[in-house]
Formats: sequence, structure tokens, C-alpha cells
Amino acid sequence: MSPFEGFRDPVGARHLVAHLNQLAEPETQTVRFMEVCGGHTHSIYRYGLEQILPPQIELVHGPGCPVCVIPMGRIDDAISIARQPNVTLTTFGDLLRVPGSTSSLLETKARGADVRMVYSPLDALKLACELPDRQVVFLAVGFETTAPSTAITVQKARKMGVANFSVFCNHVTIVPPVKAILDSPDQRLDGFLGPGHVSTVIGTRPYEFLPRRYKQPIVVSGFEPLDIIQGVAMLLAQRRDGRCEVENQYSRAVTLDGNERALAVLSEVFRLRPHFEWRGLGFIAQSALALADKYADFDAELRFEVPGVRVADPKACQCGEVLKGVLRPWECKVFGTACTPQTPIGTCMVSSEGACAAAYSYGGIRRIPVSAG
Amino acid sequence: MKRRQRFTDEVVTMAHGAGGMASAALFEAVFAPALSNPLLDTREDGAVVDLPPGQLVVTTDSFVVRPRRFPGGSLGNLAVHGSINDLAAMGAVPIALTAAFVLEEGLAISELRLIVNDLAEAATAAGVPVVAGDTKVVESGAADGLYITTTGIGVIPVHRPALGAGFVRVGDAVLVSGTIGDHGIAVLLARGDLALEADVVSDTAAVHGLAAALLDAVPTTRWLRDPTRGGLASALNELVELCGLAIEIDESSLPVLAAVAGASELLGLDPLYIANEGKLVAIVGAEHAQQALTAWRNHPLGARSAIIGRVTADPAGMVIGRTGFGGTRVIDLLVGDPLPRIC
Repeated sequence: MSPFEGFRDPVGARHLVAHLNQLAEPETQTVRFMEVCGGHTHSIYRYGLEQILPPQIELVHGPGCPVCVIPMGRIDDAISIARQPNVTLTTFGDLLRVPGSTSSLLETKARGADVRMVYSPLDALKLACELPDRQVVFLAVGFETTAPSTAITVQKARKMGVANFSVFCNHVTIVPPVKAILDSPDQRLDGFLGPGHVSTVIGTRPYEFLPRRYKQPIVVSGFEPLDIIQGVAMLLAQRRDGRCEVENQYSRAVTLDGNERALAVLSEVFRLRPHFEWRGLGFIAQSALALADKYADFDAELRFEVPGVRVADPKACQCGEVLKGVLRPWECKVFGTACTPQTPIGTCMVSSEGACAAAYSYGGIRRIPVSAG
Repeated sequence: MKRRQRFTDEVVTMAHGAGGMASAALFEAVFAPALSNPLLDTREDGAVVDLPPGQLVVTTDSFVVRPRRFPGGSLGNLAVHGSINDLAAMGAVPIALTAAFVLEEGLAISELRLIVNDLAEAATAAGVPVVAGDTKVVESGAADGLYITTTGIGVIPVHRPALGAGFVRVGDAVLVSGTIGDHGIAVLLARGDLALEADVVSDTAAVHGLAAALLDAVPTTRWLRDPTRGGLASALNELVELCGLAIEIDESSLPVLAAVAGASELLGLDPLYIANEGKLVAIVGAEHAQQALTAWRNHPLGARSAIIGRVTADPAGMVIGRTGFGGTRVIDLLVGDPLPRIC
């Protein structure tokens, strides 16, 4: 039996749902909880969890899909690096299909650029060692979850003296966008399911501003179906008891202070950018990471000419509203019509963690009208 | 009679494709000994094949797998199984195969020999001879080592009722002949660039015996398919599109090896979308579901077969997965390559 199976046990789930129903009974109005992390969004759709939750509970999908929040201009920048002579651009699979203003990395590859998919930044470094005559660039994305592995790779590159390796850094941090969402006037939320993997790195302490400043309860949760159901139950229990605090459902992986070694590597290798553009959310102060001065020689933005032009999102695309949880995916004007996983307009339709892609491919049939045939 | 020279070439050269002495020597040394059968041995421009009564079925497929050898098989036996399985899914008895080889200059003769031997062994084991063939050589860099195209011919016996999406009815049962996703995961891991090890072996096999066992036990079988590229999900989606009905899958009843489930999990893949090369998926009337299952379970290739779902009327044109939690999800057509999730 795999260690996951206990957390996917349908019998356990039924008990937990019965408990959840009891907790939800006093709720007369819709209670809206935002799951911040794209991994949660994926699990929620993958296991059809929305359909077994009490009807008063609405899960609102948040900004925690790293691919979804990449603005078009940064994709254009990556494409422009990939097109330069003698460059091999490497990145994670999800990013290849993300549309820039004129094309995607996948199309750029088809037109002859050397774009390769890797599973880890270390694979990109390995490639740089194997191709000493080429410039190997790793296009880095992700929250605090993946940033440490990029940081370690850069340290390793420095130690090994791999001069033909560099990083085009798009790492972002989780807390600033959550604040931005709560500061936005069109949002009404009753609590948060906190991200699991990010919190293994940063711990639960950074969320203390939520109850304190915004009167929002948060439960950091794991990704298995039972984790998520239990996380929702813990949020409801807080409401029942009149509590508003940071709780940790994912205690088998997450601690109060996080992973100190990972945090130390992050602060050694990266510096906070003064501001960074988020897809649909606009510029958010101190919300992203760049390579620290000490590692500037591995910074692809300094090594290559990068246009750095800000590109407005397509008019029809409402990813911003979806990322803020103001619109549900199927309420977007182009959802499932002009924007599908085959021909995505917005980023939310690309990654399997994107709210729109998850809703499109796994969506409860109840909610998504699909024409016959 | 001319004395035959010993064949000592170590790599494929352009001369082997020129049609002259080198071509003949390669054929005699590598292909003829492995594939010898009365029809091929005539060395005519084509094979003359006697057919039993029934309707002729023709299918063709190209094979470009990388790496060419993987746990459980190789490009050689895959090329045989692929075409035989397409015939089997049509309800046809496979009669003969042809094989065309595109060789890249520089390919090691020793590797070619292994692959051709695998191909020959698979054809012999399946009882389907390779009756015609062709070899071309392209310059180094113009192909990735070796590609094989096979064409299969088969015959649907006279009294066998027809199969097709049009016969599928609401209430019918959906069966799969064994664990899903084995081939795709075995090949993915064999590429060696995932730093991931798991004991997964490709399921590549000829399933015409399995098809015959089912069609003998349940002659009214509605529809049959070998779910290769795109996996079970894609095969079922093609079916619902054709028949205008829906299919509901009980996800907990899907046979998936623990190693395949684990590797898929790590790579962010879904076994429903991963290729199989030795499986069949069938639709039979609900009243025959048990008979069909028994027929498959009694066959060596069908030990892990299972009833996995049913045909429903709504939502027309869709495949729905019922999760262990009572929730449902849409199992849609695959978009592009199954790209891994990043975190």
C-alpha cells in the first residue's frame, strides 16, 4: 500500500464528509474559501471534491498556479532568448504551451530554436556540462516550492564553474499576491486553504497576518483528497468556535518555521525584486525573486538582450478575475469557446494546475454545459 | 551456384540501400535468415496470398519508438504487435504482414540484427508471416536510426457479426483486458532522463488470441479497440464521439499496476492517457459482461481484465470518471503531449 492511499480512502472520506455536513449545518449563507495553491485546484477537480462538499461551501481558486501568473511579456522575453544564436533554452513542460504575445515556446521550438523540456533545474545544468559550446538557459518559474532547487543549482554551477549556464528567473512569492487579493475591493472571502508545498519551505508563521490584519482564518492543507476535506472541516470548525487563526492540517510535512536550510539558500542566492508583474493582477511590490548581486553572472537577464516589454493581456481574457477568485472559470466570456486547452488565450487554461484547465478537463458536468456530439 | 561471401559489415552504409551487391548481402545476412517463409522466399516483387472466405481488412502503421529497446520489448516486436492488434480490434483474423525498414546510415548492423530478430520472433509467435518487405537507407542525420512500417492484412470470417460504434447501446458494459499504461511508462522510464527507476515492463503483445476468445464467447460484442497512443481515455472518447452516447468509468475498478500508478503520480501523468501495446477495450451487452470477463480471464493475456464502466445516454459525447469519493470528472481528449506538471 502506498503512503498516499490512506489519504484517498473513500470510506474515510465519507466519514469526514458526514462530519463536514454537521459543521456546515449552521451556515445559512454561502461560505467562500480560497484555495491558494494550484495543486489544490487540481486535486479538487481530479477527485470531484466540489460535488461532495455541502452546498453552502464554495471553493474559490486562487493565484497559486506558477505558470498561470506569468505575464505575457516574460514569455516574449524567454522566446527572444531562445531565438538567439547558440542558445539552448530549458524549462518545465507546462511552460512550453503558454502563449506569449505572438507565439509560444513550443512554436518557437518548431521553428528551429533549441527549446528543451527538463524535469529539474539540475537537468539543465547537466545539459550545460554536456554542451560546453552552447549557452544553456534555465527558464525558472514557481513559488517558494521550486525556488530552492533553482538556488541550489545556481550554487552548484558556481562551484563547478559552469560558465555557459544561466537562469532566467521568474520565481515569485506567495504572500504578496494573497495580500493583493484581500486588498482588492471586489473580493469577499471567508477563509483560506493554505498551500501545502510552499509551506513546507516557508512554514506557517508567514500567514499570521491573515487572521491579525484581515480577520481571515487559514488552514495549511495537504494535497490528497482527505487532506483537503479535512482542511475545509477545520475552517468550518474555526467559524463554529468563533476562532480565527492559522492552523496546520499538513503537519506531516509542514512546521511553524519551515525548512531553515531551504530558506537560507533562498536568501543567499536571490534578492527581492522591487516589483514584478503578475498576470491579471498587475504589478505587485516585492513579490518576486531575482538572482542576488553575488550570483549576477548567472543571470540570463544580464547576459542576454531581453526586450522586457510589458504586454497587455488579450482583451477577451479574464484570467485576472479568475486568479483573484472574482470570476469562476466558466464565468469567463471565452471559457471553453475561444479559450480551450488546445488553443489557450490565457495562462489559466494551460497548466493542469490552472483553474480554467482543471475546470475544463475535469470539471463537474453539472456546471459545464457541453453541446452533444 | 555462387559462393556466398561472409557478411562482415559493421554499420549500415548508403551502399546497403543502393540495390546492388551490398543490398543483397544485407538482405541475405540479416533479413532472410530471420524472416524466411515460403512466400517471402520467392523473392518476387509481391506476395501472392490465398485468403479464406470473408471480408479483407488492411491496416498500416509506422513505428518510431525511442529507445528502440525497452523492458519487455523493442521496435521489432512492437511493429508486429501494432499491426496485428489493429486487425484484431477489427474482429479480423490476421493473415500476413509486410514490413518496410528505413535505416539511417551509421546504424550498427548488430542492433539491426537484434531488432529484425525480435520482429521475426514476434511474427512467428503470432503465427502471422512477413510476406513482403523493403529496405531503404537515408543519410546520417535524416532519420533517427531505424523506422519500421508494417502493413497487416486479415479477414473477418463470414459468420462473424460486425463490430462498430453503431452497435453500442445504453446499458452496455465496458471491459479492459488488463492493466493500463504499462507500455508508455516503461518507454518513458527506459529513456533514462528522468532519474526515476521502477520495475515496469511494456505490455507489448499480439492480442488477436484475446480478441478471438472474446468474440467466440460473446459473438454479439459491440465494439473492440486496442487503446495505444493516447491510452484508454482517447479510445473511449473516439467511441462516444462516434456513437453519440456517454461512458461512465468507475475509477476504482481500473486495473493499474502500483509501479505505473506511482510513476504517473510523480510525473503528473494519468494512466488513462498512457499508451498500451497489448490490451483491448471492449463494449458488450450488460447481460454478457460476466461471460466476456471469464473468457478474458481464462486467456494468458487477460488475467487482470476487469469490467470498468458502462454506457449511458447522458452527457452525450462525453467520458465521465466516477471517483472513489462519489464525485465525477470529465475524461476529455488529450491535449498535445502529456506534459508533466511542475510542482
